[in-house]
Amino acid sequence: MTPILLFEQSLNGLQFGLMLFLLAAGLTLVFGIMDMINLAHGSLYMVGAYLMATFAEATGSFWAALPLALVATALVGAALEVSLLRKLYERDHLTQVLATFAVILIANEGVRILWGSQSLMLNPPDGLTGPVQLPGGVQYASYRLAIIAVGAAVAVCLYLLVTRTRMGMLVRAGASNREMAVAMGVNIRRLFTVVFALGAALCALAGAMLGPILAVQVGMGENILILAFVVIVIGGIGSIRGAFVGALLVGLVDTMGRALLPIAFAQMFSPQVASNLGPSISSILIYVLMAAVLFLRPQGLFPARG
Amino acid sequence: MKTKSAVLAVAALFACSVHAANELKIGYLSTLSGPAGAIGVEIRDGFNLALKMAGGKLGGLPTEVVFADDTLNPETGKQLAERLIKRDRVNLMTGVVFSNVMLAAWPTIQAGNVFYIAPNSTPTRISGEGCNPRFVSASWPNEGYHEAAGHYAKSKGYKSAYLIAPNYPAGKDATSGFKRGFGGTISAEVYTKLNQLDYSAELAQIRAAKPAALYAFLPGGMGINFIKQFVAAGLSSEVPLVVPGFVSDQDIVRAVGDPMLGIFDTAHWSYDLDNDANRKFVAAFEKEYNRIPSVFAEQGYTTALLIDNAVRAVKGKIEDEKGFHKALMAAPARFKSPRGDWKFAHNGTPVQDYYLRVLAKDNKGRIVNKKIGTVMNDHVDFWAKECKMK
Repeated sequence: MTPILLFEQSLNGLQFGLMLFLLAAGLTLVFGIMDMINLAHGSLYMVGAYLMATFAEATGSFWAALPLALVATALVGAALEVSLLRKLYERDHLTQVLATFAVILIANEGVRILWGSQSLMLNPPDGLTGPVQLPGGVQYASYRLAIIAVGAAVAVCLYLLVTRTRMGMLVRAGASNREMAVAMGVNIRRLFTVVFALGAALCALAGAMLGPILAVQVGMGENILILAFVVIVIGGIGSIRGAFVGALLVGLVDTMGRALLPIAFAQMFSPQVASNLGPSISSILIYVLMAAVLFLRPQGLFPARG
Repeated sequence: MKTKSAVLAVAALFACSVHAANELKIGYLSTLSGPAGAIGVEIRDGFNLALKMAGGKLGGLPTEVVFADDTLNPETGKQLAERLIKRDRVNLMTGVVFSNVMLAAWPTIQAGNVFYIAPNSTPTRISGEGCNPRFVSASWPNEGYHEAAGHYAKSKGYKSAYLIAPNYPAGKDATSGFKRGFGGTISAEVYTKLNQLDYSAELAQIRAAKPAALYAFLPGGMGINFIKQFVAAGLSSEVPLVVPGFVSDQDIVRAVGDPMLGIFDTAHWSYDLDNDANRKFVAAFEKEYNRIPSVFAEQGYTTALLIDNAVRAVKGKIEDEKGFHKALMAAPARFKSPRGDWKFAHNGTPVQDYYLRVLAKDNKGRIVNKKIGTVMNDHVDFWAKECKMK
């Protein structure tokens, strides 16, 4: 156990947490404002990553492809909202879960048909493939540092958007009391479409940024969707601030657990047992955290509804 | 009298059940999707190439190949094996890429009484104590590459080695093989989730541990991501990396590119092996698919040649277990494989040479695995001694 390992792991946790935040932010707004459980959120993440890989291939540049992928995925999200999800707002949660689960299956098969079942490769932009020297003599992957920067910038922008703009005010009004907002004459339909498209763009950003360190593949959205749900439950549904804190907590707990538990177990058990136990216990840790938060604060850490 | 002749007629019918098939139906179970799918595609393309060069006929019989994608899920693999045997009624099986799928599907294949020719995964649990006349490997025993890599690491004089492998049967075979070849101190043994893609936590641990050498067995998409992230974290200048040929062949080179240059690996075959069969294979593969073949492609190709030869030798009577097993075991001497001369050990695994290769540019500027020496000659599977089969 060295300070360098701890420092590097905190950066890794921060990087993972910020990407989770991008997903959770869209999810929590949709859930909080529209009272809609959207399981297909992970599919938008997948579609975003595939579009990113396609545009990156076509343009030959990561940075040129990124805005294209964001806009395209936002359009896909808006189309999904207008064509299908709009019909589901008035239905109960079970119907929403079933319908959006169907969207997951359709999206997975659609992507398989369009892009094939092989995973696509997305390379980090030129100049970010190597390490950078951090103060204190620590080397860290420059691309992961870029992810942290992008994630932090988006978090600040979202914070400003929600707290400082008219649209943000409407979003907050919708999240804290939808009926009242409608009664006050807010065009809730347009707001929903815009929020949904924004959530889709954030998904695409996460998919595009994570693409080079993971793989662009069918079904990539499902695993991360569960984590995003954990994040919004911990943070409080409908709250951007909650999503931010929740995402960082989950990211840090998961990464620290993954690195430190095997070391702790290695002192006690054989390597194979330790490496079996380490990841499974560390993945339980997140849910233990969620259960503890639910027990102490059932509304989440920063509930949007007062 | 009448009863007697009826009995004779029935007996004759049964005797005829070992008839010559007039067509060959091969069940091809493989992993063709997801990050690990590139390996399956390499093997399949090699297999299809040999089939095409044989005019669509293996052993002189019209050949139909039924493909099934296990998506690297053992349960799916088991179900698909059942479907191939019961519904599609295949007379022979091959194709499996990953050992966990192999071990899950193997009882079903055994129960279906069909032969299985391994184009890749040959788990110790099947090649050792659990050996079976219906299981024959055209690739390598699971530990072969790793034992060779261990020998190489030892020859480099590394004081200790840090091992990382996925947590599945072939991962355990990998560390066990490497340890036997290396014989030195193992500073740590890390097992990651199969198909894990983000190695940030493991890389931070490796950086903190500063190992004398790192041995990484992470095939397919896992290897692509691991090597990219290893380089991106700046570890490639700090820690010497040793890999088996699975983690450094064309499927990974295509995705990672220049950072692969200078990496040493061990393999049973190399792009530039100096024999006619290999030159023919490489030229045909490049012409057909417009890319350089990998070890996996060679395995698929040799698998098809092996089936072709053995089916021809028994004139299509592959239901005759003893006869077909004998024909398979004798086959390597009767055809030329791109890997050069090889034969079978009594447990049905190849006895062959393992080479040391380095990734370097060829005269066309492409990154290829160049053979620079031989690590093990006529290596016999360590676990063959556990096999009671004659």
